[in-house]
Amino acid sequence: MTLQRKVLIQFAHPNIQRSRVNRSLLAQVEQLPHVTVNKLYETYPDFFINVKREKELLEQAQLLVFHHPFYWYSSPAIIKEWQDAVLEYGWAYGPEGDKLRGKDFMMAVTTGGGPQAYQPDGNNRFTIQEFMRPFEQTAHLCGMNFLKPFVVHSANVIAKEDLEIRGLEYRNLLENYLSIPLSTREVTSK
Amino acid sequence: MNNHSFLFYGVVYLLATVIMVPIAKKLGLGAVLGYLIAGAIIGPWGLKFINNPETILHFAEFGVVLLMFLIGLELNPKRLWELRRPIFGAGTMQVALTSAAFFCVGKLLGLPWQAALVCGLGLSLSSTAIASQILSERALLSTDAGKSSFAVLLFQDIAVIPILAILPLLGAVQTVGTGEGDKISKLLPAVGAIVSIVLFGRFLTRPLFRTIANLHLRESFTAVSLLVVLGISMIMDAVGLSMALGTFLAGVILADSEYRHELEANIEPFKGLLLGLFFVSVGMNIDFGLLISKPIFIIYLVLGFVTLKFLLILGIGRILRLNFGDNFLFSTLISQGGEFAFVLFGAAFTQKIFDQETLAIANVTVALSMVATPFLLIFFDKVISPRMNIVPNRPADEIKHDRNTVVIAGLGRVGQIVARLLHANKINPTVIDHNPNLVDRTRKFGYVSFYGDATQPDLLHAAGLEHAKILVVAIDDREGALKIIEFVRRNYPKVIIVARAWDMIHVYDLLDHGVTEFERETFSAAVSMGERVLHQLGMTTYQARRMGLRFKHADEVMLQKFYEFRKDDTQIISTSRQAKEELEKLFEADELAFAKQRDDGWD
Repeated sequence: MTLQRKVLIQFAHPNIQRSRVNRSLLAQVEQLPHVTVNKLYETYPDFFINVKREKELLEQAQLLVFHHPFYWYSSPAIIKEWQDAVLEYGWAYGPEGDKLRGKDFMMAVTTGGGPQAYQPDGNNRFTIQEFMRPFEQTAHLCGMNFLKPFVVHSANVIAKEDLEIRGLEYRNLLENYLSIPLSTREVTSK
Repeated sequence: MNNHSFLFYGVVYLLATVIMVPIAKKLGLGAVLGYLIAGAIIGPWGLKFINNPETILHFAEFGVVLLMFLIGLELNPKRLWELRRPIFGAGTMQVALTSAAFFCVGKLLGLPWQAALVCGLGLSLSSTAIASQILSERALLSTDAGKSSFAVLLFQDIAVIPILAILPLLGAVQTVGTGEGDKISKLLPAVGAIVSIVLFGRFLTRPLFRTIANLHLRESFTAVSLLVVLGISMIMDAVGLSMALGTFLAGVILADSEYRHELEANIEPFKGLLLGLFFVSVGMNIDFGLLISKPIFIIYLVLGFVTLKFLLILGIGRILRLNFGDNFLFSTLISQGGEFAFVLFGAAFTQKIFDQETLAIANVTVALSMVATPFLLIFFDKVISPRMNIVPNRPADEIKHDRNTVVIAGLGRVGQIVARLLHANKINPTVIDHNPNLVDRTRKFGYVSFYGDATQPDLLHAAGLEHAKILVVAIDDREGALKIIEFVRRNYPKVIIVARAWDMIHVYDLLDHGVTEFERETFSAAVSMGERVLHQLGMTTYQARRMGLRFKHADEVMLQKFYEFRKDDTQIISTSRQAKEELEKLFEADELAFAKQRDDGWD
């Protein structure tokens, strides 16, 4: 396929200079020609989202990625503000709200805890997928396909080599998105 | 009057009013009654300080002229046009009915018909001075009662012109020509005068005021304001028209201009003094000799006059469908005889329509009827108003929408931005600035802006501060700003002040004055510049913004702390020294505040 399958990464980290993991992950994908990285905290330091600009970016993309650390089992604050401001009734959902219909949506998150923490018997008691239900339903309401999340665990302690590998995985994921038909990709079921 | 007696009269007049008016107000009698009593005390029948009250009355009539000008300023042509029906409907009714009634009474008392007619016409007129003083004192101009009485008063002022004109026709001495040709030759200059006042007001006053305003000399603006009013009065007088009507007309024409508030502020004190003098001289003119020789007769006459007039107007109020409370107030406001009655009766005496005794009796009746008004008003306040469950002091709704809830003093670099932000949010502030060109330009964009020196208390008052919710003090003058704030805090304690502050020292001054809503004019901008520097040095935008916000917050806390510390500090040190010390303290405190803090939560 062609470069038409563009990717928009909504990146949200309030202080990227202090985040080794996210800096590294972002570096892997930032240069890809079909990928646009929109650093929300950098663009909107006052949390005043330019809705018109955001909608234009969304319309050009086929895959929307929320890339951020997993704060308090959810996203940093600006992602919420972005959702509230941009995903408008009549545009993203509701009657004639079809601008996102048929697009793909993916979460790319980093967590402090390891995989075992996100289990029924772990510290966090629920799985990542369960925590992501609000995002999943948001995508659903907007007619988007909720793809399997990309998760990097143990962000504080992950070894440099492992981080490198995860970065390449992230990169491959987005590169493959160009060529692999949608049906063959893993989609989480409800 | 030589210099000495002028000084003496001045002192007596001021002393009497300074003593009597507050006493009258304290007793709930109102300022007008206070003036009248003061006049009676110092007049020929009281302490005999002043023995030629007629001269002073004549001079003081000018207070009425200024009053009419100010009333005109409150009424732009549009509002006046809305009032056309009450003016001519209610006005004609009132003058015709009361004239007819008092004509009959006059005949019954045995006056010749000419004298009875003059009595009827003269007594139908009411006192613009008393009624409008009460109207503005109680902010009644936009109530039904206020509107109706104002309309009637206005009609009476117009009616005075033909009444004075027909007087010679009734006179025993036919000295003045009454031929047709003569009438036309009198009419022409009158029409010419009115037309030229309208044209002058419309086209020449604004450039004139702008030129004077550009000189930035407050005195010349006051002088020109007075000159305009006096000049118009002179012209009107020369062509035999009512001076009050002429200045009223000029006021209406200027009601839409940006100089309205400045004019108001300039004329107001003169009006207050002269109108006071007018009431005082009415008090002096009360012929107590007559009251002593024929007390019962005079008292009956006054009571009969006021009662009959009051009842007739009450009937008109019914026709106008006023509710009882409004109607009572309406009837009270114009139940007295007016200052024009003195003029008319004086003229009737010279025309030999009145003899000496009729003149004295008529004059004393009118004067005492003026004294009756404040008492009727007290009756209204104590008895009628509580039962009718109406609030006579209720602020006027109609005035409200033309007075904005935000006043911005100073439309410079700071005030402009505030005004634009408000304007963008569909809030149109009233704006005052001393740069006439700027005021002109902003008016073109639909701002309500007025020329004037915002540090002048009377201008602030004229800008409608009593109706304002917020005053933005944005003038480029730190001492002037404090002056404004001091005045406003004292006189309009309910108005919220949002102030432009210069630096920390100025902030302390503002806090001393109880102002808590302020912005240091350069502070936010400077912090933003610092954020840009941090960003260019490699910090992310959001982090730089957070550092800026944190800095601002720490600074505010520090400011408050220093302020409290300073209050305890009794030492007096020079301002520049103080500024230097504050700076040193600030740098030290910044280090402390930031040393401990890190963004540890995020990874």
